Formats: sequence, structure tokens, C-alpha cells
Amino acid sequence: MSTPAAHVALDAAYRRDARRALATLIRLLGSFDAAEEALHEAFCAAAEQWPREGVPANPYSWLVSTGRFKTIDRWRRQTRLAGSLPEMAALAGTAPEPFMPEEIEDDELRLIFICCHPALAPDARIALTLREVAGLTTEEIARAYLVPAPTIAQRIVRAKAKIRDEAIPYEVPCYSELPARLESALQVIYLIFNEGYGATQGPSLTRADLCIQAIRLGRLVVDLLDDCDAIGLLALMLLHEARRATRVDPAGDLILLEDQDRSRWGRAQINEARSLIDRALLSRRIGPYVLQAAIAAIHAAAPSFAATDWPQIVALYDVLVRMDPSPVVKLNRAAALAMTDGPAVGLTTIEQVMTEGGLDNYYLAHAARADMQRRLGNTEAALASYSRALELTQQPAEQRFLEVRLSQLRAESGARQ
Amino acid sequence: MRYVCLIYFDPQRVFDQSATSNAALAEVGTYNADLRASGHIVTSEALQLPNEAVTVRVREGKMSTTDGPFMETKEMLAGFIVIEARDLNEAVQIAGRDPFARLGAVEVRPVVDYSKPRPKL
Repeated sequence: MSTPAAHVALDAAYRRDARRALATLIRLLGSFDAAEEALHEAFCAAAEQWPREGVPANPYSWLVSTGRFKTIDRWRRQTRLAGSLPEMAALAGTAPEPFMPEEIEDDELRLIFICCHPALAPDARIALTLREVAGLTTEEIARAYLVPAPTIAQRIVRAKAKIRDEAIPYEVPCYSELPARLESALQVIYLIFNEGYGATQGPSLTRADLCIQAIRLGRLVVDLLDDCDAIGLLALMLLHEARRATRVDPAGDLILLEDQDRSRWGRAQINEARSLIDRALLSRRIGPYVLQAAIAAIHAAAPSFAATDWPQIVALYDVLVRMDPSPVVKLNRAAALAMTDGPAVGLTTIEQVMTEGGLDNYYLAHAARADMQRRLGNTEAALASYSRALELTQQPAEQRFLEVRLSQLRAESGARQ
Repeated sequence: MRYVCLIYFDPQRVFDQSATSNAALAEVGTYNADLRASGHIVTSEALQLPNEAVTVRVREGKMSTTDGPFMETKEMLAGFIVIEARDLNEAVQIAGRDPFARLGAVEVRPVVDYSKPRPKL
């Protein structure tokens, strides 16, 4: 084999197999750090051997067994210096076994579950998942989250230490634990997605990357574990992603759902999401992600904002509120209700939700109330609510949107006087 | 990405002839050989003690030199390793395996990327 072809194969193996090989090496070596080192050594060996000896039939297996033996070798050398290591005894005796496909798949799932373990702080789960499962570098994660790189580095170091010290097992949780553990994993994936989708500050490229990574992680979980919550989350992310390009204009200003150019929504993503929702609905165990995806799918199917099937959306929100009676879900339901029953009912419902608490510092609650007040002609009240919303958001695009609304209202009230 | 691992230690501690210190010193060669074998190392040097050093300053066109720095702080810069690593966490892992990390401290500093704007302080 010629050298360029071997390099192409090496690049391809890196993209296709590096994350899976790492997941397997973590299981075999029982340590993140040893596994990363082993993978590095395996790629160094591949760069040297593949051009000379040809690309192995199964690069993944080659990388895993090479990495593993390089590590055993190094441990042997260190043992001579430092006395015997317990890991040595466990590893030295075992012969290389064939890698069964199920086992490979389980390794990636194990990795997701350990990175998203509830014993770790949410920040640490996100950083660890992005680095170990998605393969981002510490610096890339830091840029995406607008946090200094040493902060992310320490989160990762501490999370790994915690996994080691508390002997958190590297395994797919058993059936009884699975729902809670999966919930934590899906939450991490959704947080990653929202970080990329919700925020409009910071370098846009890296933010979009977070969405792409979250969708990839979501797809991985769906492929490995046919679970309807995971399917629902993937559908939900795809439906949001389909609208991404139409949410912000070239100047970086927000475009509301009612003003978005629906012809530019990603049809392929919407269609994929629809068939995922159908698949999830077959299971009859309908969770909040599937419901939110179903709501987003109704928006995606509507030819215009006015022609949206609002009663159906309200009905889905009613089910969602029963499942997840959080103030934010109730607020969204109230906004949909305003479309079927008018702004007066919307305003009453929004204010009712706001008196229940938990939304005082949520700018969207004040913005939603302001919108109802504006539509009802309560200009003074609307001005106060928009001003409160403006105080609560740090995002430049959201601030500009609220400022435009405020100046429009002031102009209108001035014209009337 | 390229990083410099700056090794700091207290020579009184490192050269105290204790079993711990001697064991760590004996490992330095293997550590360096491993880094070379894995392709991480760019270059590395160990430094003589600061009492062999001269510090140079130029002020208003005039050069002044002083001996030292004298060891006011116990930990002194004792050497450096320039490494190539995938990211800061890999660099931290590599630094963590340095035997001197057990006796002193290793500071991991990313090298300057000149394609990025200068820091605003």
C-alpha cells in the first residue's frame, strides 16, 4: 500500500474509530488516563506501521489491541521500577479476545453513562461528555462555553478523580436503574444542545458545533438503546435545528416564530423527526421529550403562524403539564392558549402561572406577559413588563429585540396622547 | 497544541537523599524515554541551580546584571519540557506523570498562538 493511501486510512480510522476504541480501552484498562494514552500510542504505531505493512482489515480492533499491549508493556517496564501493580496481574494473563459487535456498542453506551453519572456535578458531566464521548478538546469546550480552559481542564480532572475514587462502575446500568440514569444522560445531551441553540452571544461557529455534537450524541443513544425518551429528544433537537438558520437575521437580530421564513426550514430534519415521533408513539410510553417534539412538529407542519393547529398544541401542553408541572411548561401552555382563546385569557393564565412563583427572574415570562398586554392595548403595563424583561436578559440579540418593542410602544403611546 | 511544562521544586527536598526522592529521581529517565517514544516530547532541559545564574536587565539603555535569583522562595524553576498534546487535559495528564510533580510542582502553560489577538489586560 502506498503511503498517501495509508494516511487516508489513518485519518478515516481516526474519525470513525477513535471514540469507539477509546470507550473499549477505558473498559479494558479500567482508567480514562491509561486509555487515552493507549489510544495515542496505538495511533503512533499505526502511523508507523500502516504505510509499511498495509491497513488492517479491522482498524478498530487493531487500535484496541495495539493500545492495550503497548500499555501492558509500559506497565511491565514501570513495574520493574516501582514494584508490582495490581492492574498488571489482571491484564497480563488475559489473551486478546475477539471483539463482539454488541460489546463494542455497549462500550460507547457505558462511556455515556459514566460521563453522565448523577454523582458528578452537572458542569462536570457536560465537560466530560463533550471531551470523552464527542471528542472535543478542552480548549474547544472552553471556547464554546466562554469559560477559561483551565476551568474546564479542572472540571474534567476532578470528574475523573471522582469516578476513580468512588469506583463508579464502567457499565450500562441495570434495568431497574436505567430510567434514572438515562434521564441524566439525556439531560446532559439536551443541556449541550440548548447551550448551542439558546445563546446568541459568543462565536457563532462553536455554538453551532454544540448543537451538532448534541444531535450526534442523541443519535448514538438512539442507535444503541431503542428508548422512546431518547428518540423523543433526538426528534426535538432535529426540529429545533431545522429552524436554526431562520431564527436570527443577518444582523444577528432575533426573528420570532411568526415572522420566520418557513420555506427555509430544514425539510430533511423535519421528516426524520416526524418518523422518529411516530416510532416513539408506538411504544405508548410517552415522555416529556416526545410531547415537546410532537408540539414542535405541529409548528413545523403549519404553513403559517396563523394556520397553526393551536388547539392541538394546547391539548399536547395539557398532557405535558400533567407530566411535568414546571412553571416554564405552564408558561408555554399559556402562550399557546392565548392563540386559541385570545390575549385576555392568555394574560390571566400567564399571571396565574407567575403568581405561583419560580419565574420572577425568567425574562421570557415578563416578555410573554408584555406581549399579551400590548395586544390588549394596555400600553403602560406592557412598557413596564418589557422593561422588566430587558433588565433580566444579558443576550445582545434579545436586548435589541426588547428595545425595539419598547420604542415602538413608546411611539404609539406618544402618538395617541 | 504545544505546551510547556515548567518544573518547580525545592532542591533541599529533591536532593535530601530520602528513599522517596531517590525513587522519583530514578524514574526521570524512564519518564523522558516514554514521552520520546510516544512522540509527545518536543524538547526538554533540566536547569542548574539558580546560584549559577545571572539575571540581566536593560534600563534606559544601560545593562545591569545581578547574580541569582537567590532562593528567596523555596521552590525554584528546575527545568522544562516542551510537549505536543491533543489538548490541555492531555498535557495535564502528561505533567501528572512527571516524577517531579510528586516532589514539587509542574506548571502547564500553553504556548502563544500568534494567529490570535494579543491579550487585553
